[in-house]
Amino acid sequence: MNTITQPLNKDKVVTQQRALQDPTWVRWGLTAIAISFISLFICVPLGLVIFQAFSKGLQAYWSALSNADTLSAIRLTLLVAIITVPLNTLFGIIAAWAITRFEFKGKSFLTTLIDIPFSVSPVISGFIFVLLFGAEGWFGNWLVEHDIKIIFAAPGIILATLFITFPFVARQLIPLMQEMGNQEEEAALSLGAGGWKMFFSVTLPNIKWALLYGVLLCNARAMGEFGAVSVVSGHIRGMTNTLPLHVEVSYNDYDVVSAFASASILAALAIVTLILKTTLEWKQANR
Amino acid sequence: MSILLSDISKNFGTFAALNHINLEVPEGELVALLGPSGCGKTTLLRIIAGLEHTDKGRVLINGQDKTDQTVSQRGIGFVFQHYALFRHMTVFENVAFGLRVKPRRDRPSNEDISKKVHSLLELVQLDWLHNRYPDQLSGGQRQRIALARALAVEPSVLLLDEPFGALDASVRKDLRQWLRNLHHELHVTSIFVTHDQEEAMEVASQVVVLNHGRIEQQGSPSDIYDHPANAFVSKFIGQTNIFDLDEHDNEWLQTAGLLQPSQQGKIAHVRPHDIIIEKTDNHHTAPATLKDWQHLGALIRIELVKNESNGSDAPVFAEMPNEQFKQLELSKGDKVKLKIRQAHWFH
Repeated sequence: MNTITQPLNKDKVVTQQRALQDPTWVRWGLTAIAISFISLFICVPLGLVIFQAFSKGLQAYWSALSNADTLSAIRLTLLVAIITVPLNTLFGIIAAWAITRFEFKGKSFLTTLIDIPFSVSPVISGFIFVLLFGAEGWFGNWLVEHDIKIIFAAPGIILATLFITFPFVARQLIPLMQEMGNQEEEAALSLGAGGWKMFFSVTLPNIKWALLYGVLLCNARAMGEFGAVSVVSGHIRGMTNTLPLHVEVSYNDYDVVSAFASASILAALAIVTLILKTTLEWKQANR
Repeated sequence: MSILLSDISKNFGTFAALNHINLEVPEGELVALLGPSGCGKTTLLRIIAGLEHTDKGRVLINGQDKTDQTVSQRGIGFVFQHYALFRHMTVFENVAFGLRVKPRRDRPSNEDISKKVHSLLELVQLDWLHNRYPDQLSGGQRQRIALARALAVEPSVLLLDEPFGALDASVRKDLRQWLRNLHHELHVTSIFVTHDQEEAMEVASQVVVLNHGRIEQQGSPSDIYDHPANAFVSKFIGQTNIFDLDEHDNEWLQTAGLLQPSQQGKIAHVRPHDIIIEKTDNHHTAPATLKDWQHLGALIRIELVKNESNGSDAPVFAEMPNEQFKQLELSKGDKVKLKIRQAHWFH
């Protein structure tokens, strides 16, 4: 038996290799192109950011970061993220729940609407808020009368960021919850669980990795958003500059170290996000 | 506990899923809701459970009107078609869930929960799996865990949606037997949904045949098999040969020894085992020719062709025990005489 099957098996393996694998030079060539492209367009710029940030030494880097304007930009960026990320997490869960668990008219329209911030240019998004709340805008007079500042102030930045980042969580949850179906939830109800109990003990554990993934992406965008925020902020130093805006303002002032020092924080944020994202993707796959 | 459904109707848009359903299930019965797909059987089960609302009609469990109660208040046990085990919980936690979510004053202590869960797992013979997760179990094991989970809250009625639908044929056979025995042991009023008539006949003490959102017949398995109320039930339950007398089968049936009784319908339904085959030498008057046969274990299914040329040319199926067929010493193409023992007549 063995003497007959063994040569046959060997034959099979050899032909499989030929059929499935490209010649060596193609494999090496494509890999080399991919690696050099990534190095050229991602690693080199990232390295340059760090190189420039430290170009005048560690001392200059620290003083650029501890500068009052930079600290205020960091504070504002954190404030924006702390307010927008939880709100959009809540909104994302509610929207995903409504879309995947209820039947109602205009459901597909709502699903499309959720994607609008992805498809509209961020500058336009910012501009919408200027049109609404600016001095010449719809609510402009009323806001001036009541001495409420939205445009060129933190509330405007928060509103614009909310708008830009609201699809992230919903987009992660909708396909997952659709695929899961609601049988486990129905089972929980049939066993006597109430609505909240069902959500926290059955739904949430099943969606938690996708939810965290969405929150992470939402946070990265909330901290890194430039276009929409730029329109509504007014670039007032120490007041309405977020980190990305601070980078631009510093750079325009030829303050290279300050610009790249701030940029290095954003770059670090991006790398941490990437690592967490990979971990979450792995967790989700091995759920 | 007994279940009473009174005048239940349910529409999905313009589609009438259920039409004025009246049904009474006495305490302790094991009832099968049987019907083709789309007949409304699962919808009816979900209405009893409270997972679906009725448009009209009342649901009474043990005399109490449960129509306006939610599924969590009704105290029913529901086993889902694909089991719906909580995938992030161990088998133990799955079964314990219904006890853990009870309001604090009714909740048993951890010790009592543990005792109860282990005794349930022993009942379904899977205690050794208590630490596993659902995706580490086979289909049959998941099914039994889902049942143990539903039983943990001591439901007044047990509802099962296609309980054997997603299982291999061999596992299904075992589980049917097992479910029957379990029901004998627990005596909890149970309803299960199935599209498989064999399964319904084998497991249930009462069968309810549904079609197009209406109840066609309700009765014991033997009742439904021996006295089908209408042509649909007769066709749906077991194999049937259908002779439509408008299609000139009348004369042919007479040669097979079956006379149309007066005052009855014109369509005869004949069970395969009610057709007796005999050898004949008279080739001119022989009503049928043997075309082929198949072994069904202890039985042989014989495919016959009618010799009458002006009738419908649908094949006629007969069944007889293996041994008996061997004694006839028939071969393909032989002319045979038939004797039809009995028929059900419908309009």
